[in-house]
Amino acid sequence: MAERERRLTTPRGGVFVPRVQVLSAEDVSRAITRIAHEIVERNHGLSDVVVIGLQTGGVPLAKRLAQVLEEIEGTAVSSGTLDVAFYRDDIGIRPVLPEAITNIPEDLAGQLVVLVDDVLFTGRTVRAALNALADYGRARAVQLAVMVDRGHREIPIRPDYVGKNMPTRIDEQVDVSLDGVVLGDVVAR
Amino acid sequence: MTASQEPVIGERGGESGAGTVITPTRGAGAPRHLLSVSDLGAEGMEEVLRVSDAFVEVSKRVIPKVPALRGKTVVTLFVEESTRTKLSFETAAKRLSADVLSFNATSSSLKKGESLRDTVETIAAMGVDAFVVRHCAAGAPAAVARWVDACVLNAGDGWHEHPTQALLDCCTIRQVLAERDGRAPGETGVECFKGLRVAIVGDIRHSRVARSNVLAFSALGAHVTLVAPGTLLPPAVETWPVAAVSHDLDEVLPQTDVCYLLRLQAERGAGGFLPSVREYAAAYGLNARRAAALADGALVMHPGPMNRGVEIADEVPDLPRSVILRQVANGVAVRMAVLFMLLGTPQDESPTGALAGLGDAWETSGA
Repeated sequence: MAERERRLTTPRGGVFVPRVQVLSAEDVSRAITRIAHEIVERNHGLSDVVVIGLQTGGVPLAKRLAQVLEEIEGTAVSSGTLDVAFYRDDIGIRPVLPEAITNIPEDLAGQLVVLVDDVLFTGRTVRAALNALADYGRARAVQLAVMVDRGHREIPIRPDYVGKNMPTRIDEQVDVSLDGVVLGDVVAR
Repeated sequence: MTASQEPVIGERGGESGAGTVITPTRGAGAPRHLLSVSDLGAEGMEEVLRVSDAFVEVSKRVIPKVPALRGKTVVTLFVEESTRTKLSFETAAKRLSADVLSFNATSSSLKKGESLRDTVETIAAMGVDAFVVRHCAAGAPAAVARWVDACVLNAGDGWHEHPTQALLDCCTIRQVLAERDGRAPGETGVECFKGLRVAIVGDIRHSRVARSNVLAFSALGAHVTLVAPGTLLPPAVETWPVAAVSHDLDEVLPQTDVCYLLRLQAERGAGGFLPSVREYAAAYGLNARRAAALADGALVMHPGPMNRGVEIADEVPDLPRSVILRQVANGVAVRMAVLFMLLGTPQDESPTGALAGLGDAWETSGA
């Protein structure tokens, strides 16, 4: 989400110019399958697991992840979406507006929440997401799954499941979708 | 008259009257104030509605509060009495975690003869980020915006405008129509307003709600019909962006999708424009028989407070097609959206989306 936001937000944003494809669509799909197996293994099944995608980049990944989890275990997995705009720590510093509606399917008290995002960068989006989740009840545990960990953390947050560890320059941009992972630059409009 | 006509209403027609756009006192291009619906434009309104949907979701949570405006201070400066608007703004600010100073005119130094300007500057000196202003004089919020550095939100000024009422009405209509189609309000954008037949009925002359709502509905593409006795129509009604003006409610009802009733404003002397209130109620009041004559699925709306038995019969607010309490509920979400968009935007940057149109207005208005 952070990636997409930064890229699209005027006036600091600009046009994304792709440079190199790092993961193909098949690679992304395999990573999701592996992460799904890791989730099942680590939690000894899927009881009380809720998959929540961060708007907007994490949502398609979360949806796909929930599907794969259902296929693996043969049980229904509840999933939802979360927009963290109102919890960000940069409100008033840069323009922040919600991207989409939050849709959390149930009371999270006692549940095991797997947060899903496309790129883990500074960690600030995840920090905001943790605060937001707390308003929906006290989850038993929260785990973090990201497709790309690109480093440059500004707060002590670490992922539990990673699609690909990818060292980057701080001024690069990473674009993640189910079609693959692309490294590129943002050029001013 | 067409909807595309330039919306010029009342005192906005003047070159320097109330409601003209104010030069921002700091920052370059960031919108600081919400004084009129026309400051937003159709795109700005759509963005406010989109953000409002997010706050409708917040309002449904177990803990309906977000930390978005922590450390900001909002003062509700209501020089004219109000129940719902004041409580709605205060609830909205509190749910955004802002601090709220509630100003009560009757127990203030205004009673000792302090001028509005001195009062406002005194409050501003305490460090306030936003003024929510209700005043019986049109243009008072615009004046306050010139005096202080803070954001100013118009919560109703005289006969002029009540922009958040118009926004919450649009939010309610969009929400109800989307629900009927089994969709999320965000999916349709503002398409549902295209060709929507809205009748605004009653004391239009004295109504700031009518002025804001006519601007909002027409900008979004609705066909607005004003229904009122000749004496309660505003002067220069021909300059309003409405499709039609009628004096016959029964004729209009079958072609109406939204019947928007206005309160007969006795405190502004509306009674003097009528032979009798009973005669008005008989000709223009919405009773159960008339409500049944409305088009299929039509909505009944009222900004409140209602004069039961005058513009609306006692049983009508309880009909399934009445969405009056939903208007109130959505009012909190819409005011959260507006406060968040004004106060959550950096002052030295032009904002994203919604209120961006305002920045342009400043450049071109020459104000």
